[in-house]
Amino acid sequence: MTAAQTIAAQGEALLEVEHLTMRFGGLTAIDDLSFTARRGEITSIIGPNGAGKTTVFNCLTGFYKPTVGRLKLSHPTKGEHYLERMEGFRIAQVADIGRTFQNIRLFPKMTVLENLIVAQHNALMRASMFAVAGLLGLSRYRNAEKAAVEKACHWLEKVNLVERADWEAGNLPYGDQRRLEIARAMCIDPVLLCLDEPAAGLNPRESLELNTLLKAIRDEQGIGVLLIEHDMSVVMGISDHIVVLDHGRKISDGDPAFVRNDPTVIKAYLGEEEGEDDHA
Amino acid sequence: MAYFIQQLINGLTLGAIYGLIAIGYTMVYGIIGMINFAHGEIYMIGAFISVITFLVLQAAGIGFVPLILVVMLIASMLFTAVYGWSVERVAYRPLRRAPRLAALISAIGMSIALQNYVQLTQGARVKALAPIISGGVTLFEQDGFAVRLSFLQIFIIILTMALMAGFSYLIDRTPLGRQQRACEQDRTMASLVGVNVDRTISTTFVMGAALAAVAGMMVTLYYGVVDFFIGFLAGVKAFTAAVLGGIGSLPGAMLGGLLIGLIEAFWSAYFSIEYKDVAAFSILVLVLIFRPTGLLGKPEIEKV
Repeated sequence: MTAAQTIAAQGEALLEVEHLTMRFGGLTAIDDLSFTARRGEITSIIGPNGAGKTTVFNCLTGFYKPTVGRLKLSHPTKGEHYLERMEGFRIAQVADIGRTFQNIRLFPKMTVLENLIVAQHNALMRASMFAVAGLLGLSRYRNAEKAAVEKACHWLEKVNLVERADWEAGNLPYGDQRRLEIARAMCIDPVLLCLDEPAAGLNPRESLELNTLLKAIRDEQGIGVLLIEHDMSVVMGISDHIVVLDHGRKISDGDPAFVRNDPTVIKAYLGEEEGEDDHA
Repeated sequence: MAYFIQQLINGLTLGAIYGLIAIGYTMVYGIIGMINFAHGEIYMIGAFISVITFLVLQAAGIGFVPLILVVMLIASMLFTAVYGWSVERVAYRPLRRAPRLAALISAIGMSIALQNYVQLTQGARVKALAPIISGGVTLFEQDGFAVRLSFLQIFIIILTMALMAGFSYLIDRTPLGRQQRACEQDRTMASLVGVNVDRTISTTFVMGAALAAVAGMMVTLYYGVVDFFIGFLAGVKAFTAAVLGGIGSLPGAMLGGLLIGLIEAFWSAYFSIEYKDVAAFSILVLVLIFRPTGLLGKPEIEKV
């Protein structure tokens, strides 16, 4: 995608969540939630613990089938997808949604580089004709692999992990693992990147770096970012748009300045959280 | 000394066969954390298919040995792979989210079902096969004892080595193998980077079954007899081999297979041939007590 296209595409609706409701037996985790995430924007979902933020992500990435509602993804090149009807792996493969987790989930016994190459396996599988060409060492596969390694290195540079490319991912320090997870999600070439508390457990310097990284991803890749975060310095610093949840319902929706001054939000969330340790 | 070397050769041949079966156990365990007790039967079916292929070729009047071997190999791998795929599809996939015990019971049921299926369709009598590869070389003679290496043994050992090398390469270097390792380490996450987990698991069963089929064909050639019950003992021994090597570890399965083969050969040679199975299973007990992670398996270190 060229830079011109990226800018032109900014502001287009990417993900439209309509009347999303998720019930687990008698518990309603999400109650009639609607919001829109746009391309080239960082949309944050905030709310007290148990507000249903991660459940939204789980519905988006196919872990849960929503009880009610529609999740429409308008892919810039592949048309519209209704995520609530797709199988989990196809959401990554076809709809191009990348995701990271609150509790980091890397492939711990693979190297850092391999973690990033696994994420590109769809292109590689096609090039290798289901391992046949890979086994025979055909050039078609070798070229695809070279491209995969190049892309992986590009992201390693972005997240500052080039020197540790050959480490086993499980042995990386915590902050590095967080960044690697983001890099891996980016290696699937997502149009929507869902980050579940990427700043959790980071020190102030690291979370500042994270801000820079996320802004760079938004601006250079022109993709939509959906962010769940408790760290208000991150949320207020980089969000273009904030959705506030409380007990599964949306209580506020707008830009940071609007949300910050919204009395319902202050009452439900910010007011109570002041002075508390919200990194936990 | 001559006697020792002869037993070494016999043990390696046997071990190669166990190793090939053990890979199927270890791969399936690695990816879905379950012992596929029907794997021994898959091996037995592989043996039967190779016998059938041979008889068909013979009936067609084809007598060129290399051609017979290649066709037997391909046919048994292909058809057995279909069985492996079906077993997973029918008996395990519907239980993917069920407790592990359910899948285990299903595996034992599958094993009995396959045994009876072969008994019914092929008959309970032992099938005998004339040797296809005969002859060999005498390596050396000592005190009137000749150490012989048959062409069949050479064939078995070389084919096994080639398969294992190819297989390790597949797992380590190709996208398919990477995908399998990803599923092994975190299935959920694998699906989130776009890996089709169900298909990867099916592929694993297909590959395990194809290797077991090769083992089945080798046994057919080596012993010249096949019946519907051979899968049980070979299966349990290969399972022992996988546990000895460290279940979930590919090189471990190969090493475990070789060791079990050697132990069995030496035990039969120097102690008692009647109790050779006891030797193999004592190893299983000892390993489970003293080193449950096996020789090459890594103990799980929990990070706190």
